[in-house]
Amino acid sequence: MRRKAERWATLAAALLLPALQGQAIAASPGMLQQIGPGEGTLNIVAWEGYAQDDWVKPFEQQTGCHVNRKYAGSSDEMVALMRSGGGNQYDLVSASGDATLRLIYGHNVQPINLALIPAWQHFIPQLKSANFNTVRGVHYGVSYEWGPNVLLWNTQKLQPAPDSWSVIYDKAHAGQITVPDNPIQIADAALYLASKQPDLGITDPYELTEKQMDAVVALLKQQRSLIKKYWALASDEIDLFKNGDVVVGAAWPYQTNTLKAAHVPVADTLPKEGVTGWADTWMLSAKAPHPNCAYRWINWVTTPKVQAQQALYFGETPANTLACKEMDALQAGSCSQYHADAPASYFDQIRFWKTPRTECGNGKDDCLDYSVWQRKWQEIKG
Amino acid sequence: MTAAGRIALGAACAAILAFLFIPVAIILTYAFAASNIQSWPIAAFSLKWFPETWANGEVRAALGLSLEVAATATAIAVVLGTLAAMAVHRMRFFGREVVSFALVLPIALPGVLTGMALNSYFVFWGIDLSFWTIIIGHATFCLVIVYNNVIARLRRLPGSLVEASLDLGAGPWRSFRRITLPMIASAVGAGALLAFALSFDEVIVTTFTAGAQTTLPLWIFGAIRLGQRMPEVNVVVFAVIAITIIPVLLAQRLMGAAGRLHK
Amino acid sequence: MPATWFCACYLAALAALFVSAFRRVDTMTGEILPVWTLANFRILATDPVYRTVALRTIGIAAAVTITDAILAWPFAYAMARAVGPRLRAVLMALVMLPLWSSYLARVYAWRLILAHDGALNWALHAIGLPRASIGYSNWAMWIVFSYLWLPFMILPVFAALERIPDSVLEASGDLGARGATTLRRVLLPMALPGIVAGSIFTFSLTLGDYVTPMLVGGPGSDFIGNVVYASVGVSNNIPFAAAYAVLPLLVMAGYLLIARRLGAFEAL
Repeated sequence: MRRKAERWATLAAALLLPALQGQAIAASPGMLQQIGPGEGTLNIVAWEGYAQDDWVKPFEQQTGCHVNRKYAGSSDEMVALMRSGGGNQYDLVSASGDATLRLIYGHNVQPINLALIPAWQHFIPQLKSANFNTVRGVHYGVSYEWGPNVLLWNTQKLQPAPDSWSVIYDKAHAGQITVPDNPIQIADAALYLASKQPDLGITDPYELTEKQMDAVVALLKQQRSLIKKYWALASDEIDLFKNGDVVVGAAWPYQTNTLKAAHVPVADTLPKEGVTGWADTWMLSAKAPHPNCAYRWINWVTTPKVQAQQALYFGETPANTLACKEMDALQAGSCSQYHADAPASYFDQIRFWKTPRTECGNGKDDCLDYSVWQRKWQEIKG
Repeated sequence: MTAAGRIALGAACAAILAFLFIPVAIILTYAFAASNIQSWPIAAFSLKWFPETWANGEVRAALGLSLEVAATATAIAVVLGTLAAMAVHRMRFFGREVVSFALVLPIALPGVLTGMALNSYFVFWGIDLSFWTIIIGHATFCLVIVYNNVIARLRRLPGSLVEASLDLGAGPWRSFRRITLPMIASAVGAGALLAFALSFDEVIVTTFTAGAQTTLPLWIFGAIRLGQRMPEVNVVVFAVIAITIIPVLLAQRLMGAAGRLHK
Repeated sequence: MPATWFCACYLAALAALFVSAFRRVDTMTGEILPVWTLANFRILATDPVYRTVALRTIGIAAAVTITDAILAWPFAYAMARAVGPRLRAVLMALVMLPLWSSYLARVYAWRLILAHDGALNWALHAIGLPRASIGYSNWAMWIVFSYLWLPFMILPVFAALERIPDSVLEASGDLGARGATTLRRVLLPMALPGIVAGSIFTFSLTLGDYVTPMLVGGPGSDFIGNVVYASVGVSNNIPFAAAYAVLPLLVMAGYLLIARRLGAFEAL
């Protein structure tokens, strides 16, 4: 009953929006209009490395909101967590682009009142109202940071430095490869095939027809015999590299940074076939029990200083353009190293995660949706 | 048994003990490893993790919560389990076999099933996941352990003693308190100890029945992912073992002594 | 009576779960649609991967059970019949102690041992043997599971052996049976309920686990529990998870019926 009411409310809001086109920021009924005193607690679902003590502790001290962190290893987990237990277990989630739409259409998140988020004005244009977190002008979250999925290898055991994804499909490294245990990984293989087998006609790695999917699945099944382990947690991959079990794999820059800090000789790169990536959004649960603390958190993590800290820790790029200066202050040259000052063309070449749907970009409807991806992934793993 | 037999048996037992304790020894040793990523061999030793872990409020909170949950679940299990065992043992009621069978399910069924079922059930009835839903989840298998221990003991006891007591004029409650209870005490105790240990370490059912609460096993899962703080986990295990080893040993001695009286 | 009421709630929860196996879920919103369908079961029956996963799970569970029975036997025997009461209490405490040292921490310790540069290979290398590569594989899972559930097998077997009166063994000896024969024809049958009781633990705990396969399993190591967890905790497809969960339920129901026949319920 309540869900139906919410659905009508959102629909009404969406219908009213054309009338409010003039305003830069759209306000929806039910949103917080003013940030009140903190509730004392904040429950967040985040990627590993997204809620480090370095910026959580100062936040807790300043606002009195004690932060409870729940880590998830994949977008699927995040969606499940936000929906679990009636949807009011967690306040915020740092969702990537392949989870955001599911959360929006599942009515698990509420619109954000951007008037309360001053840092938003300084975001790069593509992330202000990105199509994965803004639907019909209503903002369902605040963009946070973005980054690529990289190729990681052990520089001592693998020479010369690889520059192509082919190295993780190569029999020469059998039993020494790792890739994420995540159905969205199919897109990475699709991206590789897009340049290796152009006659398949793959233009968007997230929009695959049955024929294209079959080719990708065949490649991934071949790869399976070369895989040492599919990593489900970032810490799994870190252990694998540290203990000599794998030599090359697909990773996030977070793993590279952590391994380097532990004196493991690794390096990463963006191979020539292109990379997939993720752009994360902080989204507020539709039934968040602590909205004031939640807004305070969003304001805190979008400040240039925290954006820079997060970017350097994880190895990603801030949405806030003002963070560039702070990054260079913390680590000289990091602003350009992580492309925080890159032109729009760089951003556009990364294929950001999005939920596969049946609608193909070319106007047809014969692409495979995410539930098929999940079944195919299980089939690949065996 | 022959001398050769004894030696062989001793060697086998030593090997099995080694098998049981080598991983535990590794955990305890790595509490002193300096690096935050575990690898073999230990490159450098350090005591720094001990004060860091103690200072970590989340660890203390998780430890406290786990103790509370385990204690409460065990208490519920002891009361309900003993009652159930006595009921099934003494009375013949319709569906007795079914109850008996059903009471084995929480242990026999995979934890992921119990967890999922309870989770769906709570969501369906609109019950928020909280401390009490965790307790309910744990109480299911704790109850079963106590029940099994008590009913096994009850089956071995001569029923005539209670009858005699009743004949001699003592009421049912008095008979229970002075005859039955002392005889099943060690079984209840053994069941409670095992139930407490299981609840303390339970992770699968807890994942499904905990809301934003963090018990120790859930914290451990998170700590492994939080910037690679495995040594903190090792320190916690070190502390837990150090604290429990004496009470467990004492409990075993006491129950062994009590149990022998009724062989 | 409160215990029965508790029982009823638990069974109702299970029943509700299995009813949902017959439903479908909307992929975008995650809501369970009020439509009756056998689609979930059809997928499970036709797609070979689920059969592979199920057979793997049951196979390893059986292997672990047999391994633990073999490992537990000498230890339980020693505890029950060959040591004095003080040593018995100590051994009992030692068997229980690993249960206090966090399941997760112990599995991670095994990861360290079995890793490519881990303790096992270090030891093998030291004595000149080639390195083993069992770090993330079914072999690793078999070892770790056998390790984890060993105390659960030792306890019931010990209880069963402890209960055998000395007089029976003496009589067997008097009647001319030597050690091995007594073992085979007297001890083993009398301890069988205990072994079966312990096997209920080892079998079901392995059957339903998904954490160990996640941590020490390799590419082809997914268990029923992993598929269920992936459907519930990850893709939020509870009906599918429930449908697949029917299998371990049936397996355990069958196992329990056999176990009851063999008297295990008396020995738990």
